[in-house]
Amino acid sequence: MYILGQQLINGLILGSIYGLIAIGYTMVYGIIGMINFAHGEIYMISAYLFAIFLALAGVFGIDSLPVALLFTLAFTIIITGLYGFTVERMAYRPLRGSTRLAPLISAIGMSLVLQNFVQLAQGANDQALPPLYHGVLRLGGEEDFVQITHIQIIIVAATVISMAILTYVINNTALGRACRATQQDRTMANLLGINTDWTISLVFVIGASMASVAGVLITFNFGSFNFFIGFVAGIKAFTAAVLGGIGSLPGAMLGGILLGLSESLFAGFVNTDYKDVFAFALLVTVLTFRPTGLLGRPEVEKI
Amino acid sequence: MNIPAALKDSAVASLIALALFVPMIGLVLKGQSLNIQLLRALFVVAAVFAGRMLISMLLQSGLLGRLVEVIRKVLVYLSPVVGLVERRSFRFIGLLLVVLVAVPFLPGSSNYLIQILSLTLVYVILATGLNIVVGLAGLLDLGFVAFFATGAYGYAMLAQYAGLSFWAAIPLTAGIAAAMGCLLGLPVLRMHGDYLAIVTLGFGEIIRILLVNMIDITGGPNGISVPRPTLFGLGFTRRLEEGQLGFHEFFGLPYSASHRYIFIYLLILAFTVAAIWIFKRLREMPIGRAWEALREDEIACKALGINHTTTKLSAFTLGATFGGVGGVFFAAMEGFINPSSFTFVESAIILSIVVLGGMGSIVGVILAAMGITLLPELFREFENYRMLVFGLAMVFIMIWRPGGLLKVRRKTFARGGHGG
Repeated sequence: MYILGQQLINGLILGSIYGLIAIGYTMVYGIIGMINFAHGEIYMISAYLFAIFLALAGVFGIDSLPVALLFTLAFTIIITGLYGFTVERMAYRPLRGSTRLAPLISAIGMSLVLQNFVQLAQGANDQALPPLYHGVLRLGGEEDFVQITHIQIIIVAATVISMAILTYVINNTALGRACRATQQDRTMANLLGINTDWTISLVFVIGASMASVAGVLITFNFGSFNFFIGFVAGIKAFTAAVLGGIGSLPGAMLGGILLGLSESLFAGFVNTDYKDVFAFALLVTVLTFRPTGLLGRPEVEKI
Repeated sequence: MNIPAALKDSAVASLIALALFVPMIGLVLKGQSLNIQLLRALFVVAAVFAGRMLISMLLQSGLLGRLVEVIRKVLVYLSPVVGLVERRSFRFIGLLLVVLVAVPFLPGSSNYLIQILSLTLVYVILATGLNIVVGLAGLLDLGFVAFFATGAYGYAMLAQYAGLSFWAAIPLTAGIAAAMGCLLGLPVLRMHGDYLAIVTLGFGEIIRILLVNMIDITGGPNGISVPRPTLFGLGFTRRLEEGQLGFHEFFGLPYSASHRYIFIYLLILAFTVAAIWIFKRLREMPIGRAWEALREDEIACKALGINHTTTKLSAFTLGATFGGVGGVFFAAMEGFINPSSFTFVESAIILSIVVLGGMGSIVGVILAAMGITLLPELFREFENYRMLVFGLAMVFIMIWRPGGLLKVRRKTFARGGHGG
């Protein structure tokens, strides 16, 4: 019973992270219909930036942890967003209106570039942060208990807050309206005076920012990362986006949490070595039987 | 010339570069502390400024446009040559073949050179297989390495557990890989480009994870050793098995390790030629035309009565067979395999050979495979930058020539004459 509870909590944490990364996939897919293959690498870069800025805060002598964290979070989000912007500008914008395969291959190229760039710049070895903060909430008795760290509570809270901000921006602001209009009909949006190129850039920046929140939270929690973490996280998050229905924001979050829960239950009760196999098998199953995902709308094939 | 505008653009670009590169390149993580290397970052930023400035100047002076025009013209003049080579590819390949057969016997050849060439040929076989799936049928497969791994591990395990020889393993392994291709093909029949790409990628990862984790059967991360192939029962190793006759003993030659390298090389060469010939025939057969038609317009194909199920499945199956055979040769060549040879990067390399060479093109694929395996050998000291340059090349070639370097022109029927 307690193991189940623990695995549910772990799954919820993992799922929130997947959901945050999945937002980037789902928004980009919704607006220009391509898989931003380099998105996982953006997440990886944010983990590095977080550690770098945290060390920098130490250099500047910022001792209070909350202040250092806020400083680090702000800079990480900004710079990661800039990475998202640059990737779109360099690798995708010139390909608008090209064949369907071209942007995908260009994205794979970009993903290789980012991975190797980080490897060359920061070294290939695993990086580790010291545990920044302990603090645990225990539910249950002496022997059996469900353990929730305070960081895990912060992760859930940060996820809820970022989702709330994103939902507000998309639903209630001029920027969000522009995004939705561009998603529905790019030509028409253009005619109505929306700068669609900038809107698409904005979507990449938003996606990168959400991924950077995920990167910061996961690094804060686990403390270790390397230049290769983006690959698996990227595929998992894409699976989450597809599971929830690609193009749908609540779907991405729902898909992320479902994937996180089922993966951690599988790892807890069946087998840890094959949890990635399970996630991919889930992806294939969903795509075979319900290609539009849980909350997605069916794609109409036009001639 | 509008210098201020160019300066402004370059300033913006280098400001962005400053923000991107100062933390990432200038501040290197070293445990909990930082190793500050600002000069390195500023150097990259300066390079961005200079590069952006150069592009602006070239654009404004129209030089870039003229340059592109010249390159385009050269390619246009070149394309009949390429087309000729493509159509008469057996002549071109015949010429290449003579050279390739002669290489091991020329003075100055070494085991190292032969091994590099063998690897290149393995890549040609793999890329030819993927060319069926991606180039002809237009199905983006990011997990091709799965079939490569199936081939290599299939041979290793058939040899280890069933005691099969190399020659018996080839058709069996090819069959297993074909079955795997069909297995992958079934669930993805209904999927379109991007979804297909991700599912095949996941499939490739599943195979790799299985290889890593099934330690009892595959040896896990430690890998598995593979027996060397024999020629009509003649062995090429120094220590021969019980009752086995050595190649050098049979011909009364002194033992030399290079016999083995040359033998495997010529073997791979023979199979590469066969693979290319099969590809060429397939491309012209009704099934090949159906693949290309399906790539262009799936709805129209369905309307014209092309069975898209069998067409797609056959592309996957045949492509996988090539991948499996390539894997057998890779294993035979290396003598030892482990899962780290079968990562996603390998799929990306094979895909970039197909894409850079020009999808559906034979000559392009051969040239790209040579370029991708031989160039890094020439620039050994820049080996760390190999994948970076790879990625950049994929991006820029997609921007500049989405059809690949050598774009295939379909054979069309000229009015009142033969095809030409």
